[in-house]
Amino acid sequence: MLDYEKYLRYRTFPVPWCPGCGIGMIFKAVAMTFSKLEWEPNDIAVVSGIGCSGRLSTYFNTNSLHTTHGRALTFATGVKLSNPDKHVVVFSGDGDALAIGGNHFIHACRRNLNMKMVVINNNIYGMTGGQVSPTTPTGFISTTTPYGNTEPHFNTVELAKAAGATYVARETVNRPRQLLKVLEKAFKHTGFAVVEVISNCHINLGRRNKLKHPIPMLDWINQQTIPIAKAKDMSEDELELKYVVGEFVHRHRPDYFEVYENKVVKKAKGE
Amino acid sequence: MKKVLMGNHAISIGATLSRVQVIAAYPITPQTQVVEKLSEIVANGELDAEFIKVESEHSAMAASIGAAAAGARAFTATSAQGLLLMHEVLHWASRARLPIVMANINRALAPGWTIWTDQNDSLSQRDTGWIQLYASDNQEVLDSLIIAYKVAEQLSLPVMVILDAFVLSHTYEPVEVPEQSEVDKFLPPFNPEWKLDVNNPHAFGGLTAPNIYMEFQYNHHNAMLKAKELINKEGEAFGKIFGRTYGNIDKYKTDDADYILLTSGTLARTSNIVVDSYREKGIKLGNLRVRTFRPFPTEEIYDALKKAKKVFVVDRNLSYGHSGIFFEETKASLYNSDLDIPIFGFVTGLGGRDVTPELITEIVEHGIKSEKPENDVIWMGVQK
Ligand SMILES: Cc1ncc(C[n+]2csc(CCOP(=O)(O)OP(=O)(O)O)c2C)c(N)n1
Repeated sequence: MLDYEKYLRYRTFPVPWCPGCGIGMIFKAVAMTFSKLEWEPNDIAVVSGIGCSGRLSTYFNTNSLHTTHGRALTFATGVKLSNPDKHVVVFSGDGDALAIGGNHFIHACRRNLNMKMVVINNNIYGMTGGQVSPTTPTGFISTTTPYGNTEPHFNTVELAKAAGATYVARETVNRPRQLLKVLEKAFKHTGFAVVEVISNCHINLGRRNKLKHPIPMLDWINQQTIPIAKAKDMSEDELELKYVVGEFVHRHRPDYFEVYENKVVKKAKGE
Repeated sequence: MKKVLMGNHAISIGATLSRVQVIAAYPITPQTQVVEKLSEIVANGELDAEFIKVESEHSAMAASIGAAAAGARAFTATSAQGLLLMHEVLHWASRARLPIVMANINRALAPGWTIWTDQNDSLSQRDTGWIQLYASDNQEVLDSLIIAYKVAEQLSLPVMVILDAFVLSHTYEPVEVPEQSEVDKFLPPFNPEWKLDVNNPHAFGGLTAPNIYMEFQYNHHNAMLKAKELINKEGEAFGKIFGRTYGNIDKYKTDDADYILLTSGTLARTSNIVVDSYREKGIKLGNLRVRTFRPFPTEEIYDALKKAKKVFVVDRNLSYGHSGIFFEETKASLYNSDLDIPIFGFVTGLGGRDVTPELITEIVEHGIKSEKPENDVIWMGVQK
């Protein structure tokens, strides 16, 4: 048995994702990170929203909560508050995290509750068959933008930074080693940590944009990928539609519990 | 022109023929094709409308409210969790007396996560002050949308047109698509008396003290009661032009029936098959389909049932701790009448479990054999 297998709930297999979907790779990377950190399955709660990404909670052999579309972070908040010593890991798609759940996303960053969030950004509403999402690149065709998306898209990293997340990183499914590195740092971090993973949905995004097979779609993601060090010398225009990868924020700010303990509990006790 | 359409596309075409001006929607299975088709129709320039892909169903209804308040004909569509998320603003729309029309595809609620049909999503919106019409085929879906706007705009009330997930939404049926010019004759442009207008400002949603709040509710309720007449009247007017007439109820061989099934949505079509097979055996069974659930057509239901010996209500929904919801409403609305016949409430088909003619037959057999219902819920097809 590989050392991460105990985190897989085999009885719920096979997994539901289309052949070649990037979510499987993220699934494995997270399980390997759990294993590396030697977290016990029983000490972990995997909370997810709705979507292809949301399906993940079913396949982790941990405590799991498959919630409603957009609200994973709010359910997770309750789990964390009632079990501050346990590890709470949240999965959301780009639609889940940034469209219907966008409000919760910024507030979770602001509040800095000690939870981990993996945003699986495949740039589309995958599960419902390929409607435009807030991260769909401008110009891309979706089932609700038959002549190309005209709306500007969110930059998850910038949003998380601005809202106050204390650990923020972005990676792509093409870079498993680097992904493992940032997942480990995110999971060890005390405070709200966001890891955005750019993933391929060749079926519901690629298919309509001349990227209908996994390899060309992964190549396309590769072409858009710029390491953070290199991006420093590039203009905003040059970075439009690019996925800058690496670690963007890693800083200490007292997390929700620390603040509560110091600023409320102690005051109330007159300490 | 006759076309073969899935229920979802019947909705899109119904909305297009109604010349809706603002569409705000968020995708959800099994509604997605409604929105996809409409985005195509709008992008192709076949419909002069604004289409916004909002970030949630709450925003979809809120944007529809804004659009309707500004005097535009607004449309949205959703299902299940999406409809639940709209709940707050569903109340807002009807209390602001805005004639929005929406389609809801009946899908069962989570958890357990499911995409298959039952009616608990829309029936949970019973008291939001919306008119609710339950369709039983794709032709009716399309026609109902057009009639819905006609009724909505005369009464300043919103209307929800409701259909079963997959059984209608994804099933292709022959549908007569009306001519635009004919629809235009039936449905004039939306021209509300009150709207947000810079030249003649109006305010919606102001603070309402106890000295006046209740009068708004009184008026709202009376408008709902008027809708009972208007749905029949406009359903007949529609029939004069298009040859298909609609009303609050739909009677199938009920006039001389000893036993009457009371159904809604596509369960009615399955039930009609069963009615025919009983008729062949010489047993007088009928089927009363309730199309308008809000306002509740009490008087028409009474008339349809008054000569029957027994009534078998088939509910694809459940109010936990009480009974099926059409059953509950039917029984309650007849309580003060002189009708004293047993009314049986069967709950079945939840979460999309198939309701076959055999199952409806079991229901009828159970009802005929029993003197009185043993319970407020008689479960059918449940594994115990
Ligand atoms: C309130 C509500 N609205 C809509 C839906 C339908 N829905 C399910 S998944 C989904 C979008 C999925 O896209 P994303 O969050 O990006 O995740 P992905 O499937 O791409 O991983 C939608 C709109 C829902 N389940 N609940």
